[in-house]
Amino acid sequence: MSFGLYIERQSPLHRLAPSVKLAALLAAGIGVFLVRDPLWLLPVLGMVGALWAVAQIPMRQAWRQLRPLAVLMLLFLLVHGWLTSWTLGFLVVLRFAILVLAAFLVTTTTRLSEMIETLERAMAPLTRFGVNPAKVSLALSLALRFIPLLYDRVREIREAQRARGRERSIVSIAVPLLVRTLRMANDLTEALEARGFDGTVTADAPKPPKPRR
Amino acid sequence: MIEILNVSHRFGDRLVLDNITLTLGEKRIGVVGGNGSGKSTFARLLNALVVPSQGRVLIDGLDTRREAKAIRRKVGFVFQDPDAQIVMPLVEEDIAFGLKNLKLPKPVIAGKVNEVLDRYRLTHLRHQHTHTLSGGEKQLLALSSVLVMQPEYIVLDEPTTLLDLRNKRMMQKVLAGLDQRAVVISHDLDMLDGFDRVLVMHEGRIVADGPPKAAVPAYVRMMDGLE
Repeated sequence: MSFGLYIERQSPLHRLAPSVKLAALLAAGIGVFLVRDPLWLLPVLGMVGALWAVAQIPMRQAWRQLRPLAVLMLLFLLVHGWLTSWTLGFLVVLRFAILVLAAFLVTTTTRLSEMIETLERAMAPLTRFGVNPAKVSLALSLALRFIPLLYDRVREIREAQRARGRERSIVSIAVPLLVRTLRMANDLTEALEARGFDGTVTADAPKPPKPRR
Repeated sequence: MIEILNVSHRFGDRLVLDNITLTLGEKRIGVVGGNGSGKSTFARLLNALVVPSQGRVLIDGLDTRREAKAIRRKVGFVFQDPDAQIVMPLVEEDIAFGLKNLKLPKPVIAGKVNEVLDRYRLTHLRHQHTHTLSGGEKQLLALSSVLVMQPEYIVLDEPTTLLDLRNKRMMQKVLAGLDQRAVVISHDLDMLDGFDRVLVMHEGRIVADGPPKAAVPAYVRMMDGLE
């Protein structure tokens, strides 16, 4: 299962500072909502597609990220086409596609540790309001780490229930999943303790060695 | 030196460790016992993950009740299920996690991570997402993430239980080459062959203690007698 996580390449986008990428994503997020004509958004979508090529991420990969959301976008288009206008439908879908592809582009070209370092720096002023940037960034890391793991657990439980002939019972999946998730949370707490996490970390990331020629 | 002094531990009404007194100074110590014999709780005492209800645990003179942080720098802990221990999405980020908790400078972290990746032949996996690793690779990553902290002792809770034969042998080879003193909880009796000392646990007590040649047959006899 993929969630737009980092893909190693030697591209200019990979080398670009995470803060610049995140700022550009924010600007794109505001920008697409200022545009009201879908025709103007088509070249923007093309540009995002070109950036995927610059990042040396195959289009197949981009489509794989977008595919699960394609049904949702089609639904948006149909609902808007039926209730308001097709133009508005295309506008909404294009905005959505641009933002999703741009966001995935940022996550696939930026190491999580670098992203977290940037977010922690950005959140530093919030410490005076009681926000702990280290804990927020750890929560983000853990979410990215454990979502695929939980997905695997759901699949395992579903297979086990199917083998027992209980294919359509949500309760028979939800209860063991809850138990396993609670156990996993308990194990994780122990692991964090054992690995010395005390909620006061400032982000720091290892730099890979330069590629040998 | 690990000193366990009159240690008992209860979870609610259940007595899981019953008045254990031991001094552990050997380089390789194995702990065996049936399910529910208290092995995992015993292992967790050594890293201050469990503080005993009664008695004291001293690691080089440091009391686990008061010096948990210092003890966790001395004693690395490898869990049975590596998925419970790996906390970061990328291999290199997970190895760096503990070092970041020590607030080491960035170049020092990078150097140590590169060294461990190289030593345990994980360099080709450094950018890989941890959930895509095989069981053996995950266990090796879990061990590497602990070893990068350069602990003086390492406690492993059934490190080969979830592994196939090939990965089990690989893990045994890695363990045999460790410089650290190791306490290994295991059901794998072959693994204990080269160990200096084996403790046999039953119902929260140490019922046999000695070299593998004496302790392992005692364990097998005990398990046969329980059938």
